[in-house]
Amino acid sequence: MLIKIAHRYPLQPSEITSEGIYAERRRFLRAMGLAAGAAFGGFGLLPAALAASAELAPLSIARKSEMAGGEGVTPYEDITHYNNFYEFGTDKEDPARNAGQLRTRPWSVVVDGECEAPGRMDLDDLLKPSRLEERIYRHRCVEGWSMVAPWVGLPLANLLKRFKPTSNAKYVAFYTLFDRQQMPETARGVLNWPYREGLRFDEAMHPLAFLSVGLYGRVLPNQNGAPLRLTLPWKYGFKSIKSIVRIQFAERQPTTTWNQLSSTEYGFYSNVNPSVDHPRWSQSRERRLGEAFKRKTLLFNGYPEVASLYTGMDLRTFF
Amino acid sequence: MNRLWVWRIGAWGLGIIPLVVLAKLATQNRLGANPIEFLEHYLGDWTLRILLITLAMTPIRIFTHLNEPIRVRRVLGLWAFFYLCLHFSTYVIFDLGFSASQLGEDLVKRTYITLGFAAWLLLVPLAVTSTLAWQRRLKRRWLTLHRLIYPAAILGAVHYLWLVKADTREPLIYLTVLLGLLAIRLPWSRWGASFQRQASFQMKAKDDGL
Repeated sequence: MLIKIAHRYPLQPSEITSEGIYAERRRFLRAMGLAAGAAFGGFGLLPAALAASAELAPLSIARKSEMAGGEGVTPYEDITHYNNFYEFGTDKEDPARNAGQLRTRPWSVVVDGECEAPGRMDLDDLLKPSRLEERIYRHRCVEGWSMVAPWVGLPLANLLKRFKPTSNAKYVAFYTLFDRQQMPETARGVLNWPYREGLRFDEAMHPLAFLSVGLYGRVLPNQNGAPLRLTLPWKYGFKSIKSIVRIQFAERQPTTTWNQLSSTEYGFYSNVNPSVDHPRWSQSRERRLGEAFKRKTLLFNGYPEVASLYTGMDLRTFF
Repeated sequence: MNRLWVWRIGAWGLGIIPLVVLAKLATQNRLGANPIEFLEHYLGDWTLRILLITLAMTPIRIFTHLNEPIRVRRVLGLWAFFYLCLHFSTYVIFDLGFSASQLGEDLVKRTYITLGFAAWLLLVPLAVTSTLAWQRRLKRRWLTLHRLIYPAAILGAVHYLWLVKADTREPLIYLTVLLGLLAIRLPWSRWGASFQRQASFQMKAKDDGL
């Protein structure tokens, strides 16, 4: 049998749009958007959205990887106004409306559990040694919609290694901020706060596992999980936990929020898999934001390089 | 302008205004990042809302002794059915891409689809027999047949509750209002006797060809 191993980064650095041209294109698109907004009677929506993005600080990016098969990225407006972040409300547009009150600086992250160098780190200190990169990833939500987003951040493994996890670290648990003041919607108790997620240690160390601090070349908007979120393109979106305040190395599989709510519907692994349906709906197809009709969902969301993590596992049992 | 016309205009307005709002949102490109999902939810919401308002007409008649609510019941019911047909069409066209095999699979495997489809099936004969000619032909059986709106509404509300991931507040509001509207019709409720009288009066009127 011929086993084809895909290059992790199929593009040559020379093929990736240089920052100058990228910025130029964005300026052009913005001008087009403004012109279109004006032409269509100036409903004020497009320019307002662009103004909001312009307020966020640009990030300096060391390298860029296109990892979504060359597909066009979803518009910024859509990525930032169609969010599941229940701490700010359960409607897709609630987080964009309500997350403005989240204070993302100062921000510290506690790292503890099975590691030699635990501690509480200020986010800026945490990020200082890292050179940021951009990765364009597909994102597939468990609800059956998907998008393509240009994230800015660093490989999760790079950060985790610094805390010297011990051989007892079989899993990594992540916690979202839980602050009733900044997140008034948490008073409703739709989920069991704080939001928790987890990965097996080898999943967390996989080169595709990414920690995002930015989107579209700028600092992450609050509704997308500022200031620090996971980005796991081969798993359903809810695994990519937002606004992380704690990372814990664990010996045993951690409790995760959606799994706790309904263990038959949301597995610990939650790898994108078209042949394992959600009990209430099909996962075989998805609607890409911006498209009317559904398209086929790909195993591991089209990232076969993670398959070796699950060799010998029945993906129906460990869904 | 007499009172009946006020009720009629209200009923037609209730049917038309959501469509006008939808058209306005669409032309202003304000259907959000996932317009098909928006469309499905919007049409489903209005189906349930108008269905509940339709079911509120007889209680309003009982409480106020006004006759007009009964006169606009049919047009309200037909508007609810209209929105339901649009809701179902959006699903068949965009979610299924007209695939009959996928519809079959959904009907068998997805309980919320089964429930929603059953609600639609129950309402089809009601829409067909909504004309005066059918009322006259079926006589008192017409009223019996049109009680299918009760199970259809329950199926519709449960269909909504069934697909929600975690935040059940909105579907539970619909379900609560619906169960309230149905409960006051029960024979042993405080108003049960009034409903019985109303029903037997109407049955007699139907038999008399009125």
